Amino acid sequence: MGAIIEYQGQLLQGTWVTIQLAIFSAMFSVALGLLGAWAKLSKNILAQKTAAGYTTIVRGVPDLVLILLVFYGGQELANQFGSLTGLWDYVEISQFAAGVGTIGVVFGGYMTETFRGAILAIPRGQIEAGVACGMNKYLIFRRIIGPQMVRYALPGFSNNWLVQIKSTALVSVIGLQDVVYNGFVAGRSTRLLFTFMFAVLMVYLVLTAISDFGLRWLDKKYSKGIVRSDDG
Amino acid sequence: MGDAIIAFLDTWSPIDLVLIAQNFDRFLLGAWVTLQLTFLSLVVGGCIAVPLAIIRAGNNPLLNAPVWAFTYTFRGTPLLVQTYLFYYGLGQFEWIRESFAWGPVLSQAWWCALIAFSLNTAAYTTELLRGAIESTNRGEVEAAKACGFSKRMRLKRIVLPSAFRRALPAYSNEVIFMLHGSVVASTITIQDLLGVGRWLNGRYYLAYEGFITAAVLYLVIVLVISRGFRMWEKNWLQHLYPHDAVKTNPKKGLANFRI
Repeated sequence: MGAIIEYQGQLLQGTWVTIQLAIFSAMFSVALGLLGAWAKLSKNILAQKTAAGYTTIVRGVPDLVLILLVFYGGQELANQFGSLTGLWDYVEISQFAAGVGTIGVVFGGYMTETFRGAILAIPRGQIEAGVACGMNKYLIFRRIIGPQMVRYALPGFSNNWLVQIKSTALVSVIGLQDVVYNGFVAGRSTRLLFTFMFAVLMVYLVLTAISDFGLRWLDKKYSKGIVRSDDG
Repeated sequence: MGDAIIAFLDTWSPIDLVLIAQNFDRFLLGAWVTLQLTFLSLVVGGCIAVPLAIIRAGNNPLLNAPVWAFTYTFRGTPLLVQTYLFYYGLGQFEWIRESFAWGPVLSQAWWCALIAFSLNTAAYTTELLRGAIESTNRGEVEAAKACGFSKRMRLKRIVLPSAFRRALPAYSNEVIFMLHGSVVASTITIQDLLGVGRWLNGRYYLAYEGFITAAVLYLVIVLVISRGFRMWEKNWLQHLYPHDAVKTNPKKGLANFRI
């Protein structure tokens, strides 16, 4: 316990990195998810196929493989491209950027499915009513689909977010100094790896518990006025 | 002819396909380790999960609380940290290092991975089975009671068989999740599929080849598994589908709506 207090600075700093990583990648994945859902439901065949390929690949390949590929391969690719076109000399992808980018892209695939399902859950009659009132597509999205989509997508989003927080731990493998990395280094130097890994475990547990609480509150807020069936 | 193909690939392919082909047997070996770890932890985890799910679905608070704590902890924390805890952490305790299990089991990366993965999947499977058990049709249980089935008999003949079937779609996700999670093994020195990819890249100082090969093989495995589960579901869940589902195309109903 004394060792943890001694190293609490590193642990807290790492926790802060983990939180930032989770929030930024979640924002990125929500944006990609909206784009993906739009593509999957659009009339454009090319957009549909692209989105289908994207979700298949991203949900089929483990996230750590993609993180390593983006971090090492992406850097190589950027440099080859730079030397080929003469646009830049040498670039280095930071671990944080690689983490946010990859985790965002991976969970964008899951968010695509969540948002697609949410849009399809909205009763068609409401959209027809919108059309009958002379609303155009954008107005229908803003006034009818958008607000209800939040409610329908919230359970799926909560699930994705909870998995996403845990996935950020993998970025420690490419050397990002998140809570796992810092905990590991501290454990190694004090020879108390169990104690420190257990502390890291607790950090994640607290983060999940807080998110759980917050998401439940949001769910309550967005389902105001909705009667749920008892056995649902 | 063969030389011509190799020469062509050497000059024109952006990634070194020849090198991948030369080391492909290693990749297959890595895939075998991945499949082995995934399958064994699913079996062990499944065996742990069934009794725990029955406890969770029951109403004995004394048993329920520790099982809940177990599933909450393992579902709320990353598999990577759990694996580190076993592989790096256990050596901290002298009594473990001196116990008989240390040499052959607890100091071995493979066993630590298997233990961590099994407990992890057990936690997830417990909760999804609990959901399936709790959603058993009340009438079926009442009918069994009326026929004089004991509690044990009801579980064995009525509740569990239908709960397993209902859990199948969610379980197929868990299987793929476990396969994805097994990449963590490569971080504790195990030569699984990703481990081989990392080895290849490290040895030949490459950026793509190993990871891309591993990614493609993972994708193939996932597609085969999900195809298999879909066939299995069709077989076992036939009675749950609407009767005319075979005739109507489910996609048709949605096709009219586009944004």
